[in-house]
Amino acid sequence: MKERSVIHGTFVIERNYPVTPERVFAAFANPAKKQRWFVDDEASGSEDFGMDFRVGGVERKRFTTKHGIFTNNTVYLDIVPNRRIVFAYTMSMGDTRISSSQATVELLAARKGTDLFFTEQGAFFEGADGPKMREDGWRLLLESLAKELAA
Amino acid sequence: MNQRAHVDRVFHALGDPTRRAIVEQLSTGPVSVSSLAKPLAITLAAVVQHLQILEMSGLVRTTKIGRVRTCRMESKGLSVAEQWIEDRRSVWEKRFDRLGKLLEESDKD
Repeated sequence: MKERSVIHGTFVIERNYPVTPERVFAAFANPAKKQRWFVDDEASGSEDFGMDFRVGGVERKRFTTKHGIFTNNTVYLDIVPNRRIVFAYTMSMGDTRISSSQATVELLAARKGTDLFFTEQGAFFEGADGPKMREDGWRLLLESLAKELAA
Repeated sequence: MNQRAHVDRVFHALGDPTRRAIVEQLSTGPVSVSSLAKPLAITLAAVVQHLQILEMSGLVRTTKIGRVRTCRMESKGLSVAEQWIEDRRSVWEKRFDRLGKLLEESDKD
């Protein structure tokens, strides 16, 4: 069995949107709306197994990138309408789980619109391709930089 | 340092011909700071300034042993651990960008 190690990390993203918390919340709760911003561009060809937006609800999504087939499994842990959404999700590459995270979305009515705070606390498992994928990304970056400088 | 800032620093670091020349020298192996200055025909102080920028971008690392300061290429700008986290963050940053656009567009609902 391969040696495994776990890396824990937390990050916070803050945004402000010039609309009411109700509008922002709807973009998470309504499947048609969520589809329009949640899906990542890199994921060509994805299978959605439906949205189940309630505490205890489970969602599964599978998508294909050049690195392989990824599966996300999400479970909602806490929902306070227009205020808070807490969910946990794992990411797997093929059959290998690569991370497990807890994510919290907080919506606060601000003087202008809504302040959104997104906090992710993740446990990242060094999978087989983790370091290699990062290296590929880095190499690509330097290649395009070299092209840019040569032009 | 978030990913965008990191990329900006790399671009800034490599956007200078002298710094590119330094990076070329270092690509064949570690070099002492004083040895870098000669072929470039610039002062030691100038080399140090360039190296600071290269170090801040994560491309180069300098270490001092005794009185000699040596530079080497840093093979990975960010550690794997940081990279993992930055990747997750950047996925969400893009999602929240798209959410912003969606909320701007749909006025009626």
